[in-house]
Amino acid sequence: MAGPAAAWVSTVLRVLFAPGFFASSPVHLALLVGGLSALVCGVVGTFAVLRGQSYAGHALADLSVTGGSASYLASISPLWGFAGMGVLAAGVMDMIGIRRPRGRDLATGIVRGAGLGLAALFLYFDTTSSSTTGAAISILFGSMFTIGTGVVPLAAAFGLPALAVVVVLFRPLLLSSVSAELAAVRGVRVRLAGLACLLAIALAVSLAALTVGAILSTALLVGPAAIALRLTSTPGRATLTAAVVAVAATWLGVVLAYDSFTWPPSHDGWPVSFFVVALIFAGFVAAQFFGGRGRARTERS
Amino acid sequence: MAVKVASRNPAAVSGDGAPGAPGASVLEVDGAGVTLGGRQILTDVRFSIGAGEFVGLIGSNGAGKTTLLRLILGLQQATSGAIRIAGRAGAHGRGMVGYVPQKIQLDADMPVRARDLVALGLDGNRLGLPLPSRRKREAVDGMLAAVDASRFANERVGNLSGGEQQRVMIAHALVSKPRLLLLDEPLANLDIRSAQEIIALLARITREQQVSVLISAHEMNPLLPAMDRIVYLAGGRAASGTTDEVIREDVLSALYGHHVDVLNVHGRVLVIAHAGEGFEVLAGDETAAAAGHADHAPAVIEP
Repeated sequence: MAGPAAAWVSTVLRVLFAPGFFASSPVHLALLVGGLSALVCGVVGTFAVLRGQSYAGHALADLSVTGGSASYLASISPLWGFAGMGVLAAGVMDMIGIRRPRGRDLATGIVRGAGLGLAALFLYFDTTSSSTTGAAISILFGSMFTIGTGVVPLAAAFGLPALAVVVVLFRPLLLSSVSAELAAVRGVRVRLAGLACLLAIALAVSLAALTVGAILSTALLVGPAAIALRLTSTPGRATLTAAVVAVAATWLGVVLAYDSFTWPPSHDGWPVSFFVVALIFAGFVAAQFFGGRGRARTERS
Repeated sequence: MAVKVASRNPAAVSGDGAPGAPGASVLEVDGAGVTLGGRQILTDVRFSIGAGEFVGLIGSNGAGKTTLLRLILGLQQATSGAIRIAGRAGAHGRGMVGYVPQKIQLDADMPVRARDLVALGLDGNRLGLPLPSRRKREAVDGMLAAVDASRFANERVGNLSGGEQQRVMIAHALVSKPRLLLLDEPLANLDIRSAQEIIALLARITREQQVSVLISAHEMNPLLPAMDRIVYLAGGRAASGTTDEVIREDVLSALYGHHVDVLNVHGRVLVIAHAGEGFEVLAGDETAAAAGHADHAPAVIEP
């Protein structure tokens, strides 16, 4: 019994994991930093979606292009640029008035527009300077396999506080997304909690910008959360599910990207971010068809 | 002018010693005034609510109902006067108030079950992850049963009907055992039957849990059978007492500052003002009056 089963498993493993996968140190780093950024994005992203801050998250992702391109000019780790710009933008968005429904879209749109203008300038300098020719691609679409070991502590220093915000403020954030008025009556400092959540979103997006790229980081923030909302009915389970989906998509994306070094056209590998985002999209389509928890009682009168 | 009349008329002033209010008042609004952006929203509003009383806060849109509720909740500062809850001013008393807001933002996508929302009423302001406990589960289950919501306890709130959502919100507000329950227009988007069910439920819970209720509505008729007393707001001024004391032509005319008629049409109360050539219904069930009792109240459908 064990013989054929073991042979089958080893065949699957051999097909799935190309030779050298487990020995490659860029792969180890990609799994570690990619997994951390996915975990943070899944957890924080659930609250971004619950609180209707997906657009704010998207704008913060766009703004990380500005920070990333600036950090290449300054020759520092792009993660500093991604996170620094995100936190700054989150603060400005809060000041302009992200708490009011219409003010929220205005604040987001104004800050996003201004930031992207700067990004155009910085990317122009990056691409015209010979030392940073790869900068644009790496900022926009991520650099999972070229993460340096020095980034690990930095990623942890940005990721863990973002997780802590959601863990500590789980109930106040949930209550204020049901009704800000109700939360205020219960003694929740709604504005402070909202600002903390926005900062956590900025940090999560900056980690995703490093791994799957600034353009695609919204997909990692919003996608797993959207899948989780289709599959589960409680806030706790939705958060856990989103985290699991995000990490699974990222790790499977790393595996497939490593495999793709043997694929056409040029045998130098397809982008990891393509696989991660494609897997999340496929997951969303599947959840839409097979999940349906949210639609269970819509026919009721 | 209206305030003077309202406070001069002994019937319209509900002092602490009002009959049917044993012991100290749960809520005392003592000459509260609010000015917002140079506009006087509330003027010298004074009334009190005794333990276990069911009080309707009646007035048309813009009369100041929401501002008054926000004042009691501490979301709005009084320009003058004072609010005392169970004899205590400020934030101390507010832990004793449960609140059902007019609108909650929960669509079917939100992974929040009825049970989760009620649990948030117990500990929604606490930090850290919610840990399951038997005591908490029993409190939530008991509250859901008390509002007849056990049947849909595990459904997402966004999938429930308006009446079912109101039950869950009432359970959310009551699970922390407040002394006073405030509801902001809870009947606004309900059909007549659901509205009557909610009122009957509130009247029963008021007795069972010994909680006082202040419920705002622009329509007083559905509340008439349940109300112990009424606070009638018009133009930021209030008259309060039993419905017989307040819903009178002299009291309401003084409150509005011009003459109004109070009509009793087939058990429904209509408050009507002369407006140019026609009439304007200030309070009462316009649609029912127009549709069902056209013979008796033809003028109400005139502009």
